[in-house]
Amino acid sequence: MEPNGHDEASRILHELQSLKATKSDIDRRISTLESQLRHLNLQNGAVVKTSTLPNPITAVHHDLTPEMIHRYSRHLLLPSFGVKAQSNLINSSILVVGAGGLGSPALLYLAACGAGRLGIVDHDVVELNNMHRQVIHTEAFIGQPKVKSAATTCRSINSSVQIVEHHEALRTSNALEIFNQYDVIVDATDNAPSRYMISDCCVLLGKPLVSGAALGLEGQLTVYNYNGGPCYRCLFPTPPPTAACQRCADSGVLGVVPGIIGCLQALEAIKIASAVGEPLSGRMLLFDALAARIRIVKIRGRSPQCEACGENATFTQQQFQEFDYEKFTQSPLTPSPLKLKLLQSDSRISSKEYHDRVANGEAHVLVDVRPAHHFKIVSLPKSLNIPLPSLEARLPEISSALKEEEERNGSSSAKLYVICRRGNDSQRAVQNLHKLGFTSARDIVGGLESWAHDVDSNFPTY
Amino acid sequence: MQLTLEFGGGLELLCDSVKVHNVSVDMPKGAEKLIMKDLLGWVRTNLIKERPEMFMKGDTVRPGVLVLVNDCDWELSGQLDTTLEEKDVVVFISTLHGG
Repeated sequence: MEPNGHDEASRILHELQSLKATKSDIDRRISTLESQLRHLNLQNGAVVKTSTLPNPITAVHHDLTPEMIHRYSRHLLLPSFGVKAQSNLINSSILVVGAGGLGSPALLYLAACGAGRLGIVDHDVVELNNMHRQVIHTEAFIGQPKVKSAATTCRSINSSVQIVEHHEALRTSNALEIFNQYDVIVDATDNAPSRYMISDCCVLLGKPLVSGAALGLEGQLTVYNYNGGPCYRCLFPTPPPTAACQRCADSGVLGVVPGIIGCLQALEAIKIASAVGEPLSGRMLLFDALAARIRIVKIRGRSPQCEACGENATFTQQQFQEFDYEKFTQSPLTPSPLKLKLLQSDSRISSKEYHDRVANGEAHVLVDVRPAHHFKIVSLPKSLNIPLPSLEARLPEISSALKEEEERNGSSSAKLYVICRRGNDSQRAVQNLHKLGFTSARDIVGGLESWAHDVDSNFPTY
Repeated sequence: MQLTLEFGGGLELLCDSVKVHNVSVDMPKGAEKLIMKDLLGWVRTNLIKERPEMFMKGDTVRPGVLVLVNDCDWELSGQLDTTLEEKDVVVFISTLHGG
């Protein structure tokens, strides 16, 4: 930006800030005066009753300001929602844990609907490859904390909602203190240990929990710990094997799927906070996007044997703070890509070294062991795609490729290299290849990600 | 006995990515009824094509799998002892954690 353009922007920002401060000051004064007036009218109730021309203000029997009446008029027009539910909502506080695929749409609606106080917990930053589903964030916030980005959007939608930023990872050390400040908790996280931790914390504090999950083309939704209903541990007393816990970053997710589940989470949170309707407790909604089917099933009630909320449960806040959820579920609270080290260094080469060898015309075969649909996204030239599960069955293809390469180069021994996305499956493949007689096979450390990082910055990453 | 079996939440990957299976399951020899315990064994033998440990643990489903008989949690109908009837719909669904 031009230097004077920069000055102009900061002048505008400054003026905006000062106007906003003035506006909120005026709003506060309006609110105080209105409340004084209401008070006076209540005291003069008898006079008003006998008056032939009633003062219009005396007809207001709730704490919605004129601005609120105008803003939420379409809620107020709903006979089954109306003034009572909107007032409940305005006096409620809702915490959304996770400002990702589920949290984004949930936060948009919770801010717009007029929840009194809205908290956001997240430790992560906005990334381009998440923006297809994390619709609360804009490109200008890439690299910045999701909490800051989400809070900015929420405030721009509804400046009358108090937005609280908790820019930290949720841990047993801070969860009790944070949850204590809210009436309803929304679990919009993406991993098993967080789900157990959030549910346990809600049980300890007696908070209703709106839990949603989405992956691929499916979503699930239920309300835990509501009005004597089951908690997460009642349904899942034993954590699943880690292999069953897939991540969106590995398995993919159609953006609109968590969008739909996140909207439904907002709906359930609104119902609980405003005390209308029947929350989805003791039932679970299963969404199959491909089949265009939503199924609502009956699930078990509170389990008397539940370790968190059962009849003889002795789980205390102290125990919660000392509980190791990562160990319990065998998975990390803040999932990051796996980095295996299965091979000795002489069975591996760096992407740079591989690049040099290709440049020197070394006779070799490069096997790419990623799934076929990954290979279609992007691949290195002349690589041979043999997905890891079919490696053993397709060994003859490797043998003949090596032979062809030797004939073409007139060399006696073509080298065999293996690559994958990040360098884990390639190590597993090389281990297998060593056992199956290809003893000189080597893998490329860090896979295609390291190729993109260290060799070719134009190579697409995903 | 004609049954509809459905797999979801990723469990369909264990049976050739097919989600809905209309199947005919015989009662065990000498038995008068078919219960969920029998059906699990049948599914494991006839439908699960890979990684059976991702479907079962011991003689029941692995942790993290919900079983629904006619849209109702099998915990409410007797779990492994749930008696199945003609045209019942049994859903096996793996709980999701993503977001």
